[in-house]
Amino acid sequence: MALVEIVDLRKTYHLGGQDIHALDGVSLKVEAGEFIAVMGPSGSGKSTFMNLVGCLDRPTAGAYRLDGEAISALSADGLATVRNRRIGFVFQQFHLIQEINAVANVELPMIYAGQPRSLRREMAIAALARVGLGDRLYHKPTELSGGQQQRVAIARALVNKPAILLADEPTGALDSRTSLDIMALFQTLHREGVTVIVVTHEPEVAAFASRVIHFRDGRILKDSSHQPRDAAAALAQLEGEAA
Amino acid sequence: MSFYEALLSALQALNAHKQRAALTMLGIIIGVAAVIAMVAIGGGARQQVAAQIRSLGANLLIVLPGNITLTGVRLGSGASNTLTDLDAEAITREISSVQTSAPTLRPSVQIVAGSQNWATFAFGIDQGYFEAREWEVEIGRSFTAEEIQRGGQVVILGLTVVQNLFPGGEDPVGQTIRLRNVPMTVIGIMARKGQSALGTDQDDAVFVPLSTTRSRLTGTNRANSRQVGSIMVKVQEGEDLNAALEEVRQLLRQRHRLQPDQDDDFTIRNLSEIAATREASANTLAWLLAAVAAVSLIVGGIGIMNIMLVSVTERTREIGLRMAVGARPGDIMRQFLIEATVLAAIGGIIGVILGIGAAEAVSTKAGWPLLIDPLIVIGAVIFSGFVGIFFGWYPAWNASRLNPVEALRSA
Repeated sequence: MALVEIVDLRKTYHLGGQDIHALDGVSLKVEAGEFIAVMGPSGSGKSTFMNLVGCLDRPTAGAYRLDGEAISALSADGLATVRNRRIGFVFQQFHLIQEINAVANVELPMIYAGQPRSLRREMAIAALARVGLGDRLYHKPTELSGGQQQRVAIARALVNKPAILLADEPTGALDSRTSLDIMALFQTLHREGVTVIVVTHEPEVAAFASRVIHFRDGRILKDSSHQPRDAAAALAQLEGEAA
Repeated sequence: MSFYEALLSALQALNAHKQRAALTMLGIIIGVAAVIAMVAIGGGARQQVAAQIRSLGANLLIVLPGNITLTGVRLGSGASNTLTDLDAEAITREISSVQTSAPTLRPSVQIVAGSQNWATFAFGIDQGYFEAREWEVEIGRSFTAEEIQRGGQVVILGLTVVQNLFPGGEDPVGQTIRLRNVPMTVIGIMARKGQSALGTDQDDAVFVPLSTTRSRLTGTNRANSRQVGSIMVKVQEGEDLNAALEEVRQLLRQRHRLQPDQDDDFTIRNLSEIAATREASANTLAWLLAAVAAVSLIVGGIGIMNIMLVSVTERTREIGLRMAVGARPGDIMRQFLIEATVLAAIGGIIGVILGIGAAEAVSTKAGWPLLIDPLIVIGAVIFSGFVGIFFGWYPAWNASRLNPVEALRSA
């Protein structure tokens, strides 16, 4: 059974008396352990697609099964639980809570999962160590660089051991060197078995995925697999050039 | 999300905006402080009035001589000389609801004791007076029946008189003093009574047997040798004061042989009623103040609602993020509701502290007893918490209904 099974998914917005078909009949399967890049220009429907896969929004029509569970039938609370347990989000703007430190930010999903305090602390520290931030545990977001903040966000996304890591333009706010750094981290996580879906409009970013899905006008234009580029090697090469 | 986690998160958020939180609390602080202070001050004032009622003696009627009309000329209140100690005896004897009655004459006297002198009122009284006033001799003794009957030259002093005649602190009991030049032996000193409901010093008085007063101080009225200045009537506990008043009135009209078309030649006052009126007005004032305070609490609550709405708008992205990582609408609602409640409750606690301080300051200045009911204090804190819940509800509900996609996208 596929991890993600989407059949004829549609999302229609009513804007000024006009129907906008943001997603116009998309069918798709994602197996566990894939690294997928979703590409397309603005308005192509890739963000809508990500919101639906991430259970942040409900489709107008169509079926979505995540790990065998029919998502379309769930209540708001049910969707929240799915997001909490099955989905890890990484955003372009990091979306960290500024007032609390890295560990507390990473603990957030576990608070909503109802985990006890001591276990949360332990798991948050482990997740931060996994993304290479073991020495920045008690820094607040304002005391961290952009790349470090995105690593905290990735640790937060991973901490409840989700089925899918969903990243929306994760390198959009980062410089090219830090972008490579983050993509290398995604590739490492992917090798460790995490299913990763990255939404991006940059072909350079998409090149690190093994499967690329192109969206246009709310439909899938192209769905192709290829040999991914190695981000760690690209990073080493960049650093070699600099030296 | 557990309540404890939500509470921590609320404290975190408030801590991040200390100045705003403090200003928001101000409304609640002032409201609660006002409630606490007003209730305490009102309670103190009420207790003072109650103490005055007690000092007067409970269930008391006072019969005073009334006005009379002589050949068409109406003389003022007190002109009638028809009130006698026989009236008092008749009242005690014939009206079953009366516990005792005390005829009183009250001439003013100049008292000389050694080198000191003092002007005050001498109360000519009989056995019933101290019982009616619920007042006791503290040092020495009261009058014997014989002294009252035979006109013994004995006197009991009020505390203020003692202080003025014996400033050196010597023991007055047993000494001889002169009232209007009549030598009398001091046999006792009254307990402290304090101010009357009308503000006069009740301890500034001396007490002499009624017969002695007549024979030695006022002289006998030739028209009516049994005349008295007033009669205090103590009605038994639990009896209807107004019914007793009517009975006394009918009895006196009959004894004074008044025709149905004639006015009363006496006046009866229900002193407890006067005091009760004062208590009622003190109560009204307390309620009025409490109502003003309650209004300020509500205004404080609206302030909380205002700030919480701003806070929800400002933190839309945070709400979106929390939803993305698994917060249910109920979790978001609880977070903001607890934040508003904590804000109000902390304001309430600070308000209680300030209110107690203000009440203490006022009662110290006014010389009232400080009455702070712990129930009112707890009630004020709980009520301010409810203000937080009530006014935090709408902003919290707004936050919980946000669409996560739009919340995340907001600037």
